[in-house]
Amino acid sequence: MTQFTLLDILRNLVFATQWTVILSLVSFIGGGLLGLGLLVLRIGGGRIFAPVVRVYVELFQGTPLLMQLFLAFFGLGLFGIDVPPWLAAAVALILWTAAFLTEIWRGCVEAVPKGQWEASASLGMSYVEQMRHVVLPQALKIAIPPTVGFSVQVVKGTALTSIIGFTELSKAGTVLSNATFQPFTVYGLVALIYFALCFPLSQAARHLERKMNVAHRH
Amino acid sequence: MSLIAIEGLRKSYGEHEVLKGIDLEVAKGEVVAVIGKSGSGKSTLLRCVNGLEAINGGSITVDGARLAGDEAHLRALRLKVGMIFQQFNLFPHKTAGQNVMLAQQVVKKTGKAAAEAMARRMLDRVGLGEKFGAYPDQLSGGQQQRVAIARALAMEPMALLCDEITSALDPELVGEVLQVVRGLAAEGMTLMMVTHEMAFARDVCSRVVFMHQGRVHEAGPPGEVFANPRTPELQSFLGRVA
Ligand SMILES: Nc1ncnc2c1ncn2[C@@H]1O[C@H](COP(=O)(O)OP(=O)(O)O)[C@@H](O)[C@H]1O
Ligand SMILES: [Mg+2]
Repeated sequence: MTQFTLLDILRNLVFATQWTVILSLVSFIGGGLLGLGLLVLRIGGGRIFAPVVRVYVELFQGTPLLMQLFLAFFGLGLFGIDVPPWLAAAVALILWTAAFLTEIWRGCVEAVPKGQWEASASLGMSYVEQMRHVVLPQALKIAIPPTVGFSVQVVKGTALTSIIGFTELSKAGTVLSNATFQPFTVYGLVALIYFALCFPLSQAARHLERKMNVAHRH
Repeated sequence: MSLIAIEGLRKSYGEHEVLKGIDLEVAKGEVVAVIGKSGSGKSTLLRCVNGLEAINGGSITVDGARLAGDEAHLRALRLKVGMIFQQFNLFPHKTAGQNVMLAQQVVKKTGKAAAEAMARRMLDRVGLGEKFGAYPDQLSGGQQQRVAIARALAMEPMALLCDEITSALDPELVGEVLQVVRGLAAEGMTLMMVTHEMAFARDVCSRVVFMHQGRVHEAGPPGEVFANPRTPELQSFLGRVA
């Protein structure tokens, strides 16, 4: 059996980290786009679409991400569709991210004072014009800190995909730990790498939030 | 013919009937003060005239066109009737100038240069020509309210609805806003204003409407209404305010 040096371990972990990063980006961007679409339906979709989105959000927020991953992985398999782990991971994480971002952003739109709607309505703007020129620009500013903050949850969420066999950072950690019999070293390094990914994000979120609180609101 | 004609207007929030059949006509160029206790339905009345609240009965006609609930009618109505709010409601992410330009560009499809020229004229008119590039949070309350007036004027409305537009201001800032309104009245703008500034109502308004429990309880020229209130409710209201 080959001997692993610390450097070997690290090199393997860093290699796997790229999959964590890619999956995080795909989930965040895909979830963001889907979330934006759901947001529009949620606040402007009337009596048919808005409740559908609400149920969607409740389902994804009210069940463990792990179950969602299992369902995506094994569930589609039941229909004879052979789902590779990366696909199940990406689909589940995109759906999960979208649910949370929709809810975060809805809160931001609702945080725009009612007076802004009334003033723009009294000037003759239509709903779409109000949204585009008055409400969304203000909501967007409010949304940036919590959105960046949520990206940390996405990165950590990717760790669960190791369970359905997607070889990202956590899975690589498990494999290496089994091969080296040095679980503490390996998982210590894994944790450090996650921290290196997440810490800048949470710092950025905190910084943005502080900046928002002191700066002019424009 | 009156510019604004309100007939049998009824408005309820759930079980609670807030306007119980309002009849009121406002002629072109008239300045009408709406007074009354808090909760008597003054804001609701103005909001109905601007189409911000759906009505439950009666009718509102502005310049011959009857108010309906669909977007095209509402838009047409709001181009004729501007509204100014107690809390100013300026767009915080836009400068004073952009606040005045936005609806011109978006709603009236005015070109940028023309909208800007209009914005400068209107800001001049309210005495804020030099604040074109200032953001709302860099302006005092009185200045913000004057920008809000300029913003409404830039749409060239036939009438303005003012809902307690000085109530959120520090006392020393009330005068500058009332001065602007006084100027508008002198220029012949039709105004319907909810106010607690009785001295102003007496000086500037052609008619005073006293609302009580969702009805027009008493109305008439300010001289008459203030000097000889006929109903005990108005007597007690004026006694409390004066
Ligand atoms: N959106 C609303 N929902 C329920 N009740 C309301 C609403 N707006 C106003 N009301 C009620 O209608 C009544 C009249 O309110 P308003 O027109 O604001 O009075 P005023 O402006 O004369 O103080 C009050 O009793 C108030 O509580
Ligand atoms: Mg009021």
